[in-house]
Amino acid sequence: MRHIIGVLVENKFGVLSRISGLFSGRGFNIESLTVAETDDPAISRMTIVTLGDDQIVEQITKQLNKLINVIKVIDFTDTDHVTRGLMLVKVSVEGSKRLEVLKLIEVFRARVIDMAAKSAIIEITGNEMKLKAFLDVLAPYGIKEINSTGIVAMNREVKARNRYKT
Amino acid sequence: MKKTGAQIVLQSLQIEGVKAVFGYPGGAVINLYDELPNYELKHYLVRHEQAAVHAADGYARATGEVGVALVTSGPGATNTVTGLATAYMDSIPVVVFTGQVPTALIGNDAFQEADIVGITRPCTKHNYLVKDVRELPRIIKEAFHIARSGRPGPVLIDLPKDVLVDTTIFEYPESVSLRGYSPTYEGHPGQLRKAVRALLKAKRPVFYVGGGAILSNAAGVITELAVRLQIPVTTTLMGLGAFPETHALSLGMLGMHGTYRANMAVTESDVLVAIGARFDDRVTGRIDEFAPDAKIIHIDIDPTSISKNVKVHIPIVGDVHDVMNKMMVAVNEMSEEAHEFAASHDEWLARIAKWKEMHKLDYIQEEVIKPQYVVEKICELTRGQQPIISTEVGQNQMWAAQFYEYTKPRTWLSSGGLGTMGYGFPAALGAQVAFPDRLVIDIAGDGSIQMNIQELATAVQYRLPVKIIILNNGYLGMVRQWQELFFQKHYSATEMSAVPDFVKLAEAYGAVGLRATRPQEVESTLKKAFSINKPVLVDFVVAGEENVYPMVPAGQPISKMLLV
Ligand SMILES: Cc1ncc(C[n+]2csc(CCOP(=O)(O)OP(=O)(O)O)c2C)c(N)n1
Repeated sequence: MRHIIGVLVENKFGVLSRISGLFSGRGFNIESLTVAETDDPAISRMTIVTLGDDQIVEQITKQLNKLINVIKVIDFTDTDHVTRGLMLVKVSVEGSKRLEVLKLIEVFRARVIDMAAKSAIIEITGNEMKLKAFLDVLAPYGIKEINSTGIVAMNREVKARNRYKT
Repeated sequence: MKKTGAQIVLQSLQIEGVKAVFGYPGGAVINLYDELPNYELKHYLVRHEQAAVHAADGYARATGEVGVALVTSGPGATNTVTGLATAYMDSIPVVVFTGQVPTALIGNDAFQEADIVGITRPCTKHNYLVKDVRELPRIIKEAFHIARSGRPGPVLIDLPKDVLVDTTIFEYPESVSLRGYSPTYEGHPGQLRKAVRALLKAKRPVFYVGGGAILSNAAGVITELAVRLQIPVTTTLMGLGAFPETHALSLGMLGMHGTYRANMAVTESDVLVAIGARFDDRVTGRIDEFAPDAKIIHIDIDPTSISKNVKVHIPIVGDVHDVMNKMMVAVNEMSEEAHEFAASHDEWLARIAKWKEMHKLDYIQEEVIKPQYVVEKICELTRGQQPIISTEVGQNQMWAAQFYEYTKPRTWLSSGGLGTMGYGFPAALGAQVAFPDRLVIDIAGDGSIQMNIQELATAVQYRLPVKIIILNNGYLGMVRQWQELFFQKHYSATEMSAVPDFVKLAEAYGAVGLRATRPQEVESTLKKAFSINKPVLVDFVVAGEENVYPMVPAGQPISKMLLV
């Protein structure tokens, strides 16, 4: 199963490699990993997307907790949370494709951030489903390059069960 | 007044109560070595950095204090990796200082530069690169705290040369503040109650005790509780000495080379209390047939150990000593139930007694010296003296585990988790430094001893009267045994046709060398060795193709043992 794990770490030299080393050394899988400083410059927050059955994920969270520089580990999977990723897509826009692509961009609330004769760079944010759907519709036009941040996640403040989710 | 980084390191060690440092100098740490004579620390110059870490590790295992090693950058640092990995696998508190090229040169492939912090990340509990002399006191304080607290382990501090030269006002912190690190010492009371209740319902209980019991100094309370409740006790290789093997309730060691009764008792137990033990594959054998009917209670300070290999029914995260103490209190409060309980499994104890009769640890005496006989004799001759026994790795290690009766914790030093050949001798040196007046014996194989034989020079230089007992079978015996049993006697690369004359070698170093080739000579030779107050190496020429039994073939359940 896929798990999204948040890790609060001390913002110290070598922490990222400690964490990625833990995954590789124990044969755990990382699907994506994002990291950046929080409002407190002494602390960084990581979001790790990983695959594994419950036992593996339990080991992953315990092992992460064991690292001296790790302050807190949260498994988002069982909580009410939101996720977002940012993706840049370079897509072919030659000839008549150009208008069609621009229409699609509007539907997905994406933005064009660079336009050249043959291709455009598009920026889109959203959860993984949205990003994937966007790629699916763009595919026929010819995707030239993708660069994505991976997923960041955050717990919702109120845990309303029937709340509308995006 | 300001102090240099070198002075700060040494003064901090003094504050931490360090008395012995095992090390090897070099350009990157020359400033530190220059200061060394001004401090009340005894430095032991080893002959290889790996041995410095093993010696620090042996010192730590024998005393319960943090062992310290000091080496230079580059090759000095990389030579410590095996020592660190050994200490890491067995959770031994060690602090290793490595020299490093000046900060300005780090990353430039400077002379004798190695990214030792990167290299040792997976085999240290934590490690540091000190970038500023002002951080030094805090880092050293943290390192000692991390090494000895929680589940202990090795910590490495990398010291760039300029940091050792730079100066700052020295102030050693009183306490550490590590936001993400706070080990759980006290077992959860609810879980504890549940465990005691389950235990007192058991018909076929077994205590399965590991190295964690020794690390947390819990042998006393474990013994008390086992005797009180009449629960049979098996220990792992790392747990030897946590329960007196001379006691009627002792099952001896379990696992791949465990006793018949220990493996059978665990297999048939209905409540298995794992105490500071981690269900290593050498212990469990085939996992789905390990203690299949048992409710498993697991006490461990490290949450990652729990339910890693086997499913645990009642986990208790906490310090083994604390948890066992509380269990004792709970049992005392239920004294009536406890009394009934102790009386109610006579049948179980009788069954175990029968297993014990059926398959004793044994060997067949022949004209040649049997290695088991040597260990038995050592045991006999040192009874009551509580010598410290260290071992190398292989058959020698298993025979030393099986045929010596350990009765006290911290008298057995062996590389359990990593299985490091070359560990035993330097570890024995470390133990001898800690206890100059005790008998310290390294039980060795002819293969393993050659991995750190150069330390004979260290033993001689510092008059460390360690006794090396080589069980010389002319083979890399343990591998040969596997080849014999599972590879049609295809002895590929396990025969040592060129072996030094160990007696002459010892003499060349200035130690004493002895040899025995017949069983009749074993006792007198050992007596002689033990009576000489100098490093002694004894070459016992033993049966070449003797095997360690019982043996559980890899991948089999522990109840399926090959017996003698
Ligand atoms: C550093 C190292 N290299 C290789 C091994 C693999 N190994 C395990 S036991 C063994 C044989 C040990 O031979 P020896 O020291 O002569 O002891 P014996 O088994 O004969 O008692 C070997 C090679 C090891 N454990 N450690």
